[in-house]
Amino acid sequence: MEVLLYTILTLCVLGVLAAVILYFVAQKFKVVEDPRIDDVEKMLPGANCGGCGFAGCRGLSEALVKNDDISSLYCPVGGGETMKAVAAYLGKAAAEKEPQTATVRCGGSCEKRARTNKYDGAKSCAVAASLYVGETGCAFGCLGYGDCVAVCNFDAIQINPATGLPEVDADKCTACGACVKACPKLVIELRKKWPKNRAVYVSCVSKDKGAQVMKACKAGCIACGKCEKVCAFGAITVENNLAYIDPLKCKLCRKCVNECPTGAITLVGMEPLPKVAKAAPAAKKSEAAEAAPKQAEGRPTIALKETGNNPLVLVNKKKAVMESKAATSVAGAVVELKESGKNPLILVRGKKA
Amino acid sequence: MANKLIVSPSPHVQSTQSTSSIMRDVVIALLPALVVSVVVFGASVLFVTALSIAACVLFEYLIQKFVVKGGCTINNWSAVVTGLLLAFNLPASIPWWIVVIGAFVAIGVAKMTFGGLGKNPFNPALVGRVFLLIAYPVQMTSFPAVANDNLDALSGATPLAAVKFGASAGELPMTDLLLGNMPGSLGEVAAAALILGFIYLLWRKVITWHIPVTVLATMAVFAFVVALARGGDAALLWQFPLFHVLAGGAMLGAIFMATDYATSPMTTKGCVIFAVGIGLITMCIRLWGAYPEGMSFAILIMNAVVPLINKYIKPKRFGVK
Amino acid sequence: MKTFPIGGVHPQENKLSRAKAIEVLPLPEVVQIPLGQHIGAPATAIVAKGDKVLTGQKIAEATGFMSANIHSPISGTVQSVDMQLNGQGLRQMMITIKREGDEWVETIDRSTEIKRACELDSAAIIAAIKEAGIVGMGGATFPTQVKLSIPPGKKAECLIINGVECEPYLTSDHRTMLELGEEMLIGVEILMKAIGVEKAYVGIENNKPDAIAHLTKLAADFKGVEIVPLKVMYPQGGEKQLITAITGRQVPPPPALPIDVGAVVCNASTTYAVYRAVQKNMPLIERVVTITGKGLKEPKNLLTRMGTPISALIEAAGGLPEDAGKVINGGPMMGRAMINLDSPVTKGCSGITVMSGKDAERKEIGQCMKCAKCVTACPMGLEPYWLAKMAKKQNWEAMEEQMITSCIECGCCQSTCPAYLPLLDWVRLGKQTVMGLIRARMAAQAPKK
Repeated sequence: MEVLLYTILTLCVLGVLAAVILYFVAQKFKVVEDPRIDDVEKMLPGANCGGCGFAGCRGLSEALVKNDDISSLYCPVGGGETMKAVAAYLGKAAAEKEPQTATVRCGGSCEKRARTNKYDGAKSCAVAASLYVGETGCAFGCLGYGDCVAVCNFDAIQINPATGLPEVDADKCTACGACVKACPKLVIELRKKWPKNRAVYVSCVSKDKGAQVMKACKAGCIACGKCEKVCAFGAITVENNLAYIDPLKCKLCRKCVNECPTGAITLVGMEPLPKVAKAAPAAKKSEAAEAAPKQAEGRPTIALKETGNNPLVLVNKKKAVMESKAATSVAGAVVELKESGKNPLILVRGKKA
Repeated sequence: MANKLIVSPSPHVQSTQSTSSIMRDVVIALLPALVVSVVVFGASVLFVTALSIAACVLFEYLIQKFVVKGGCTINNWSAVVTGLLLAFNLPASIPWWIVVIGAFVAIGVAKMTFGGLGKNPFNPALVGRVFLLIAYPVQMTSFPAVANDNLDALSGATPLAAVKFGASAGELPMTDLLLGNMPGSLGEVAAAALILGFIYLLWRKVITWHIPVTVLATMAVFAFVVALARGGDAALLWQFPLFHVLAGGAMLGAIFMATDYATSPMTTKGCVIFAVGIGLITMCIRLWGAYPEGMSFAILIMNAVVPLINKYIKPKRFGVK
Repeated sequence: MKTFPIGGVHPQENKLSRAKAIEVLPLPEVVQIPLGQHIGAPATAIVAKGDKVLTGQKIAEATGFMSANIHSPISGTVQSVDMQLNGQGLRQMMITIKREGDEWVETIDRSTEIKRACELDSAAIIAAIKEAGIVGMGGATFPTQVKLSIPPGKKAECLIINGVECEPYLTSDHRTMLELGEEMLIGVEILMKAIGVEKAYVGIENNKPDAIAHLTKLAADFKGVEIVPLKVMYPQGGEKQLITAITGRQVPPPPALPIDVGAVVCNASTTYAVYRAVQKNMPLIERVVTITGKGLKEPKNLLTRMGTPISALIEAAGGLPEDAGKVINGGPMMGRAMINLDSPVTKGCSGITVMSGKDAERKEIGQCMKCAKCVTACPMGLEPYWLAKMAKKQNWEAMEEQMITSCIECGCCQSTCPAYLPLLDWVRLGKQTVMGLIRARMAAQAPKK
């Protein structure tokens, strides 16, 4: 009995002693922190993805609490609603931002873009990009080793084995921008997110000249400028041999999609425009074929796209003149039919036209 | 040319050694000791060894197939090495089910839970052995008498145990320690065979000399100092260190267990520190601890220190004084 | 026998063309001359399309301090100055010249007569080297005149000639030393005069006993020149390793340079080019290129004009074998794999190695078992396994702390890994990124001052 008593007593004394020590130590090392930081952190999604520019959600919370002007701070994962909630809690003005989604701007699938060599190094786009051009002839397009997939915290981007290209699941994508930073080829862009994940964008980032693009990839932008002309909203610009659709100006009218000769303009979540204009030339095909030998009225309009010793002349052939591989001479240059079909592309090579 | 050109960053030459070739070399290096063991203890050695290897390989296969789901790595021979080393740490008379339990602990607990080859912080075979030693102390320490039993006095007790409990190191014939003519775990008895394996591993460039030599040298020096302090006669000054280096698991541990890649430090300097630690702890346990043998505990304790060594002991950088 | 103290590996030497005398490759019909074939700023073209050029005529001028002149290797007409594909399939500015005969600039002495006496002073020698567009021909392509211009406050104590050629397969330096040894030693004398030192060492690995014997005999006639046989060990041809092997001094980590320990290192072929530039007024328009590989019918050492397509060399060696997998510009340890075989030979191209069959492919990647072979092999005393892991995790700060910038990308770690891990692929990426971060940091600090 005595033993038991002493045991209990000793334990009690020890416990009290430990508690007292703990209390004083805790007081001594107490870190005074704004309690709102904890609250704000709880309101944030807690993904710690770094999409806001801070190391994690805690960093953003601190900045949100400390800064008076929080308009430059934004959590892409939580989006507008989270920011509004946080701003309301803190009594500050929230940043307004359109929701965005990551967009892979390369259509060079295995089928469209032939592999010219075999890469055998570490499976990393960054490693391959610093070594050489890549497995295809295109120096700008997606390499397909999935650096973007590896950095995604939300499982929103996956390589499609059939195309060899990454695909973004817009429902899961939070536009944190990790993949944009990870891509050494700068293929991925954050673009405005439309309802139902609709999108129209140029699925190519090649700044090569048209002829070089065509040699490397069947789905590349050759900077023909058709889309720029047809766009009623001035959303499309062609610079450095590459068309770009400004996501903030684009109204998803889809006219450019049907114009694009290589199919580089990609349409997501919508049916293409009914091919009113296009159906006609298709119907006229036979007519055109007849007209071809005559070479009379059907002479195509020719636009000189590049000068130099190997000029590239694009012939916009609305009325379809040549059906076969017929070569003709236009302004002293040799005209050659490169692709037939409803939207044929004619290349004119030769001396300065 | 028909094929597409292959592109990769430099270098464009690769090692002639591979993980499996290294593991095979370790197995080959262990064979002489196995042969001696069969001669000393009889055919039961083969049964224990085969069972241990089979169990280790099977557990690794099953765990990879059903639990961790990853690439199958049993063809890299690492489970074979673990199985062989585990068997070497068991008495020849061990019941079969204890071997299987040991294999399970070695592979299932010590290796695969950490992610498999290269990620285990502790030597799997030793974890298996120490687990068995604590769980089944009787079976693990009843060693069969040697087959050509001419040392009646030592039957059933290892030389280390004999010394621990009274005998003088000088009384034991050193040639028996060298040739394995003594009771003990089945792989640790023949120092000469283990040294043969050591030379093979050095020749094949599987291990470097640093860890084994440092471990044994530390033990010898420590034993010498102790003998000196105890004021033994001149003969004991050389007999005592030599005995400790040759007896028990010292050779097996120093050559084959302490040098395990995953559980030893990455730098030469680190390896020396690690080896000195093993030598000291082994001798402390042998001389003043409850167990007659301390090698396996010493290695496991130092295994735990390895991450720390790797963090603080950096290789000699070029151009830095 | 001397060697460097830390790390190193000994890959199979495979010096297939060691006994093949230098042959002259027939002149190419068309050459492509990249404007950037040296470290530093690309040269500026001073010819335009349609211009007629003579062999040895300057066609591009050094842009600034760290750059090099470029001369026409053939006579003919400039076809274009534009972007062309290089060996890695990337576009690079190149001058394309179509050959018409082989008319040389008159001031160049093309005779093989050996001219020993050199009256020029240090500044004139360096000027002649700069004019000839000489760069390090061992592969680093560092402009030689920059190396020889000792920065104020530093003092050169010895000259080291790099005749190590530690890369497997390559033999171009070996053959140059053996066949043009006397000219090279005159080059050594000229370089000693240029940097004002009394002592020069020629480091040669022990796998070239004929070159060691030949040069030792010749060197008796050259005051202050010592031939140093070295133990065979890769990467002894690395500048820092060679300095340590010969002088015992270690160059501190970057940004320190060899001159900080009083050494100037120059490659053997470069030294021969220096002789030709100073004594014969010959610009750097040709070099010895080893074309080699186990599958090739005839591995060779070819005296090749710059700008010759690589495919021409391969043809001269009997064509690409059926099972050829990889064509490497350089040796197998540090060379770059090519995809465009029409790309030209450049100043830094010491060899073309063709890997066939299984040799060309990397083996299946295993799991790191912490064997520490990479740590033991690293000649810079780094921890490749750890750096590779950090590079994957993009932990650049930790890598910088652990001296990633010291990495010389020799490939010892990867070539010794029994799990065949792509260690250097990752380490190199980490090094490039960290160097970029350091440069950005310095750029950000500079304007503040």
